Amino acid sequence: MNDFLTTYAFLIVPILKIAILVFIVLTVDAYLTWLERKVIAHIQARWGPHRVGPHGLLQPLADGVKFIFKEDPLPANVDKVAYFLAPFITLLLALTSLAVIPFGPQKFTVFGYETHVGIADVNISLLVLFAITALGVYGVALAGWASNNKYSLLGGLRSSAQMISYELTLTLSVVGVLLLAGDFSLRGIVEQQAAGKGLLSWYVFPQIIGFACFYIAAIAETNRVPFDLPEAESELVAGFHTEYASMKFAMFFIAEYTSMISVSCLATILFFGGWLSPFPDSWTFTHYLPSVLLIPFGLWVIFDGIRYENVFGRIMLPGVGAAIAAVGALTAVPAINPYVQGPFWFFAKVFIFLFVYIWMRGTLPRFRYDQLMSFGWKFLLPVSIANVVLTSVVILWRMH
Amino acid sequence: MTASLVIFFVLATVTVLAAISLIVQRHPIHGALSLIVVMVALAGLYLLMGAEFVAAVQIIVYGGAIMVLFVFVIMLLNDGEEERTNFSKLATFAGIPLAVAVAGLIGAAVVHSSSSLPAATANATLTSTKTISLLIFTEFVYPFELTSFLILVAILGAIVLAQREDN
Repeated sequence: MNDFLTTYAFLIVPILKIAILVFIVLTVDAYLTWLERKVIAHIQARWGPHRVGPHGLLQPLADGVKFIFKEDPLPANVDKVAYFLAPFITLLLALTSLAVIPFGPQKFTVFGYETHVGIADVNISLLVLFAITALGVYGVALAGWASNNKYSLLGGLRSSAQMISYELTLTLSVVGVLLLAGDFSLRGIVEQQAAGKGLLSWYVFPQIIGFACFYIAAIAETNRVPFDLPEAESELVAGFHTEYASMKFAMFFIAEYTSMISVSCLATILFFGGWLSPFPDSWTFTHYLPSVLLIPFGLWVIFDGIRYENVFGRIMLPGVGAAIAAVGALTAVPAINPYVQGPFWFFAKVFIFLFVYIWMRGTLPRFRYDQLMSFGWKFLLPVSIANVVLTSVVILWRMH
Repeated sequence: MTASLVIFFVLATVTVLAAISLIVQRHPIHGALSLIVVMVALAGLYLLMGAEFVAAVQIIVYGGAIMVLFVFVIMLLNDGEEERTNFSKLATFAGIPLAVAVAGLIGAAVVHSSSSLPAATANATLTSTKTISLLIFTEFVYPFELTSFLILVAILGAIVLAQREDN
């Protein structure tokens, strides 16, 4: 048995990693919908989900069950192949993009096979991500076209045009980072930012224009507010997924949230130093920051839980709080502490980006379609090209 | 049979089947989808040869940009299924013999040289991003710049054609 494991470790370990990552990402997706509804509700002075479980914590579970058991009608005269393929393509590509993202610096050995935190460590991981983004248009375009519905078709066309337009800016805005790092590998780009000065060596400072272009284009690529024209409900019902119901609709939704996660990961890696701590290496006391944050948060959840309005909440919330506090205490153990640093900073940064996504949805109005196009082509694209030229000139000037 | 050989045969089969499907499909969108599969499977074959950069660019440029335009135009025109017409006389008398002749010629060439056909190998150092960039901007800088200029002219031409009706 052990021989088998070590011989085929090159196959077994990646499959295990993929299974774990997909499980984590789908769970995070589910709770991201909860967080989004909760945060937007509080922005608009509402309660948000509150019925299913304490503070609506079991709402994603209920939604999942509902998606599975809902009727899945097939509209008349749809193009069946494309109609079924579209949600699968969208979800497949969204999940694939996470495969090349490194989540932490450590290497570890399983069954005698050395591996990274992250699924694949590719030399050209950034190009792979762009390749996946380039294919992402098909899911939305096909869904809109195959549904045999004018709103879907208009939504699909809008979204394809939007994604093609902003893909250019997305790619060009990263060229500045590539020029600085001289590396296509995401791991390499993060390691280039580790100058030991902490925050100051991150690429967001020399590449502030590039970051602005990247983030705006990334929001447009993921079809989120204020660029969510493909699903502008006041004009297009629900855009390209009007005719989708049940699990197929859920797949579009999961794909949207997964691409939000991968875009946030990419922004973290390219501009905010990935898993690097914002503090200088010499500040070792910052290694206990995870515990300092998690233990009080857990205690607060317990305190809030024992006063909760129903019995179920009074049982569940203190349990959740105790688990959070226990994880916080665990991260302070010297044997575990160094392994927590990378993932902690990585996920903290990704969380901030995800929160900004939700925050924007709660505050910003939607672009008009012609504004979106002229903004993308007449402002964002020239600025990102100028950024490439500027960065090259500065690098050349420094070399001589 | 090594793992890479298995992957090669899978990708090659997918490529050929998708290429056949591209011709056989009667709906333009299905044809375009088959072509996308061909492009992506070809990228897989490049990857198998160690040409990472070429594989990624193959997907970004052909699988992404160019095929998106195809799909976009088909969607915009909302083109329906092709109607089957009777074979034209030219196809029967000239096309079929010509197709047989070309197939026979390629087949004969493959059979005759099967012993001396070398396996295609891509030099990893030659196909890396850095080497390709260096070659483009040193040895092949004139062809590269000329191609860019040609594309620029084509873009300008397209804009002129598109704007003609306003005047």
